[in-house]
Amino acid sequence: MTGKATSGRPAVTAEATLLEALPPEERLILPCLQHIQRAIGHISDGAVNVVAEFLNVSRAEVIGVLTYYHDLRRTPPSAVVVGVCVAEACQASGVRLLIEQIEHDFGVRLGAGTGSGPIEFIKAYCLGNCALGPAVMVNGRLVGRCDISRVRAAVVEAQVVPR
Amino acid sequence: MSVRVYVPGDSAACSVGADDVAVRIVELATAGGVTVEVIRNGSRGMLWLEPFVEVQTAAGRVGYGPVAPGDVAELIEAGLFDGRPHALGHGLVEEIPWLARQQRVSFARVGLADPLDLDEYRRLGGLVGLGRALAKPAAEVADDVLASGLRGRGGAGFPAGIKWRTVQEAPGEVKYVCCNADEGDSGTFADRMLMEGDPFTLLEGMAIAGTAVGASIGLIYVRSEYPAAIRTLRTAVDIARIDGWLGDDVLGSGLAFDVRIVEGAGSYVCGEETAMLESLEGKRGMVRPKPPIPALQGLFGKPTLVHNVLTLSAVPQILANGPAAYQALGVDRSRGTQVFQLAGNIARGGIVELAFGVSLRELVEDFGGGTYSGRGVRAVQVGGPLGAYLPDSALDVSMDYEALLAANSMLGHGGVVVFDDTVDMAAQARFAMEFCAVESCGKCTPCRIGSTRGVEVIDKITAGIDPERNLVLLEELCETMTDGSLCAMGGLTPLPVRSAVAHFGEDFHRSANGRPRQ
Repeated sequence: MTGKATSGRPAVTAEATLLEALPPEERLILPCLQHIQRAIGHISDGAVNVVAEFLNVSRAEVIGVLTYYHDLRRTPPSAVVVGVCVAEACQASGVRLLIEQIEHDFGVRLGAGTGSGPIEFIKAYCLGNCALGPAVMVNGRLVGRCDISRVRAAVVEAQVVPR
Repeated sequence: MSVRVYVPGDSAACSVGADDVAVRIVELATAGGVTVEVIRNGSRGMLWLEPFVEVQTAAGRVGYGPVAPGDVAELIEAGLFDGRPHALGHGLVEEIPWLARQQRVSFARVGLADPLDLDEYRRLGGLVGLGRALAKPAAEVADDVLASGLRGRGGAGFPAGIKWRTVQEAPGEVKYVCCNADEGDSGTFADRMLMEGDPFTLLEGMAIAGTAVGASIGLIYVRSEYPAAIRTLRTAVDIARIDGWLGDDVLGSGLAFDVRIVEGAGSYVCGEETAMLESLEGKRGMVRPKPPIPALQGLFGKPTLVHNVLTLSAVPQILANGPAAYQALGVDRSRGTQVFQLAGNIARGGIVELAFGVSLRELVEDFGGGTYSGRGVRAVQVGGPLGAYLPDSALDVSMDYEALLAANSMLGHGGVVVFDDTVDMAAQARFAMEFCAVESCGKCTPCRIGSTRGVEVIDKITAGIDPERNLVLLEELCETMTDGSLCAMGGLTPLPVRSAVAHFGEDFHRSANGRPRQ
């Protein structure tokens, strides 16, 4: 990777404009990255440069934070993002079987190769719905007592309802 | 005729259709010429009954659940709006034994009203604690917290009053109160339900803490998996500012205290207090060595009072009713109440707030009603992913800090996850190591490397490769992680692993086809 921005100029300008709007207490690496991701969906290499320059820190520091947090992503997300809770309470409620069905029905591997198709399935470690598991979160919407048909219905709904 | 109907807006209730039920009730009532006022309250915590619909009647609130959107027409036909009996009916909500047997202190208001209705909050006793706190010297407020016996509800169980005194007496103009709402333990959801269902209680607890220790800024670090809690808290802060109990002049006291909501970014270890502080500073969530303790050098190096949501939410009641009332509950050195969360494969899951000292068996069997699947209970994990797996024979343990420690377990954040007899405990032990490998911050070697080696060793054991020697190796690895890790992440991951080996050793001696190996 070179130090040069790899994405187009307009996007990077957009990111710089976004950062200018941040209040002083949010002018830290993590809030800057979250702010860009909320608006643009992901953090491009160009955006890393913008953040580094804006905060007067090294690219390494920005990339260090960017790669540390599971939520932060360097590639655009799919239109539908399904977080499947794989933690203990949902395991107790049968999520292992649900994962097999999801992988079979949607032809995906949970947590592998994100952002390349219209739907991506990612692992979540607890969604706070532990008495009504298995739980999934589809584009920010929590779905409880999931079986494969409820997952399918939630995905269809997310495909037709804007985020 | 106007009828008041309650349909929870809690995200667990909405995850099983509460929004659709609310819409359906309004549609059908309107069609039938009935005026309804639908209030989106917090959840009562009886999660197996969600969506749980309540109707206000002259005798009190009558409950129905679980109500599916398709049930609404029939319920109305049967006299829902008059609180008439129905197969889904549970009678007067206050008299439902599951609720009536609880001792709700921190959760006293959750489920009663619209969480953002400040008038209702006041009517239900809100802001009394803050008023009393501001009327006495700050040192006495810390004394009250100490006298109540309140200990940190995040898991460590440190006496809250001592922390308050330390921050109070620490020199410095700038101090902070940081609320840890990074509730990452599987099987726990009390922080979420309180933030969504009664956010003012948390803000009031923080205002009491801030004005007592001399902090003018409070931050709540909420995990990103809780978008509804973040929205509710932000609105609640705005409302409290407009009302004048957050901001430059808290309730006319001349003291300033304001709260900011900070969203996490998906890192379990940020639930560890020093990692959370690093994250609040915008950095990688790496654990800091202690000392210095955060009470003296915390956020941006300033004295910082760090507490879990449930700790701070207990404070308003302690100030309102006096520390003695809180201290009177509980056993030994575990005073007050604990908000237990019944989760996993459980028939009646939800929030059970009780004084310390209830047995795990009462929680799992009497409240929980055994498994959801109807099969036998095989294992119960107490205290989150870093907590021990207990077999049926250990369920009589008293649920308090010391008794659980003595049973080689821990209370943690009060989560109770039930597994039925289909569980493979070697797989659960492997998951504990895998989770640690995924979430380790990487700062210390035992946690970062040990967790990956742990997964490999357990894989060898279950594959039948030299199992006896590898079990010895696993035990040595657990010892290294326990003794050598910087924080609880690596230090406690061995707890579920060792307990699985100790209580369910047969699962580590199966061949691939599931039969016991010779």
